[in-house]
Amino acid sequence: MPAAEPSLVVDRLRKDFGPVAALNGRMVRVLDGISLSASPGRVTTLLGSNGAGKSTTLACAQGLLKADGGTVRLLGEDPASAGSRLRSRVGVMLQDGGLPPSAKPMELLRHVAGMYRNPADIAALAERLGISDFSHTTIRRLSGGQRQRVALAAALAGNPEVVFLDEPSAGLDPQSRQTVFDLIVELRDRGLCIVLTTHLMEDAQRLSDYVYIIDRGVNVAEGTVSELTARTSSDADARTLEFSARPGLQPPLWTDGRSVVEVSAGRYLAHGLRTPADLADLAGWWQQLGVFPDAVSMQPRTLEDVFLEIAEGGTRA
Amino acid sequence: MPEGNAAPQVARILRHGGYETRAMLRNGEQLVLAVVLPVMALFGLAFTGLLDGVADRRIDAAVPGVLALCVMSTAFTGQGIATGFDRRYGVLRFLSTTPLGRAGLVFGKAIAVVAVLAVQLVVVGGTALALGWQPQPSGILLGLFLLLLGAAAFTALGLWVAGTVRPEATLAITNLVWVLLAAVGGILIPGTRLPAPMQPAVELLPSGALGDGLRAALIEGRLDGAALAILLVWSLLAGFAATRWFKWN
Repeated sequence: MPAAEPSLVVDRLRKDFGPVAALNGRMVRVLDGISLSASPGRVTTLLGSNGAGKSTTLACAQGLLKADGGTVRLLGEDPASAGSRLRSRVGVMLQDGGLPPSAKPMELLRHVAGMYRNPADIAALAERLGISDFSHTTIRRLSGGQRQRVALAAALAGNPEVVFLDEPSAGLDPQSRQTVFDLIVELRDRGLCIVLTTHLMEDAQRLSDYVYIIDRGVNVAEGTVSELTARTSSDADARTLEFSARPGLQPPLWTDGRSVVEVSAGRYLAHGLRTPADLADLAGWWQQLGVFPDAVSMQPRTLEDVFLEIAEGGTRA
Repeated sequence: MPEGNAAPQVARILRHGGYETRAMLRNGEQLVLAVVLPVMALFGLAFTGLLDGVADRRIDAAVPGVLALCVMSTAFTGQGIATGFDRRYGVLRFLSTTPLGRAGLVFGKAIAVVAVLAVQLVVVGGTALALGWQPQPSGILLGLFLLLLGAAAFTALGLWVAGTVRPEATLAITNLVWVLLAAVGGILIPGTRLPAPMQPAVELLPSGALGDGLRAALIEGRLDGAALAILLVWSLLAGFAATRWFKWN
């Protein structure tokens, strides 16, 4: 898919917080040169552990925080100084929801919709997200997942071109998560630029067209899910095979980067397999020990593998 | 399109003002503070000799102070607490990402304060008229202006507190200040009736200035220039402080 003109371009973004009393009044650098771009018709994901700087990056991109260095361009404007015209084209779902506890969902959504010239069809949106079932219960009494759906609807109330979703699946049960994910994909297919953050690999893997992995305020890796999972620091094609057999097997004495590790009693991972011959070696070792595994599986690498590798290796792209 | 998909600014602000007004009027504790306590104060002062000598009739002496108390309840305590919790729950952050924006939020809150104040004016003023209140006709417009100026000063003070400390602290501070100012801040009881050492300080308080200004206007039909100037200074100072130090998250 040819990438359209990016809706969001973040370039070497820096943000300091503080002064922090516990650090003798020093400033803390939360973002140290984050760069990313997000285009229409794509889901762009910021993946990182808690405290990596994802929400701060979004807050700067939304204009809620002013950058201390670098630039942010959202739909061609600087969000920190832009007015209602830019805000009318952007929908935001905050991590903490930002919903008044004493309000009722439908009342709040209609109020938010009233801020726009051409709002979304609130009734249809509420129906779609299953909000109609609790539309007249005060937000205080809703579950985390219900609130999350109201916050998503509020972000979409103005028919935005760009949507920021901070941890959209937090607190959702599996069914709501599917509903929310289906809607996100549909919005993407309609041409919206969707920027989301998550610390859940599975979400990133399921939804993203492009992923930026950030850690301690810097970019550490980026690419499509398949690009990222194909990437290793040493060897692009190495696979890991998992098998179960009786516990306590003596590992083979391989010296060329291949290894077998017992990760839990009776569950083994064979790392660094690159060719069918490597598989034959593994089978030869089983034969030596008189082992016939109960289960064998070779899976594609997941984002989690990539993430752990980066986090452990400290390699920074 | 200059405004993109945003509704016109005036429409946004009015709409948010209406929304905030309904939220304030729906809140039970807020109603007690806004209506029940002032009406109780009105009866208390109208049927006791506490304010004898301030005006020819007790009810005339009582009403200006009670109206000033209404301003403080709504603009400072009520609005301050609501804003403090809105900040805690991220409501301010969320709404400031919509076309409403930060300025629209503040204007909307100001509209809500004025709207609730109007309700209070009807209830308290109506009750007072039934009790025989006769305000000085020449001072009524001036009185309304002072109520608005007082609302501006106390709204700014409330936003300053709400925007800088935790909501629980805002709750404690604004309630405590309300009680203190209501008792000895020159609102219900003129500063001149308080112990002599307190008098100069009380006159400089926004509460004292609002109370004195309203009494001069509604009892004597007179403009109290000093009170007006003090209120103006408080509005500007608190407005500046709130703008300067308000933390949105």
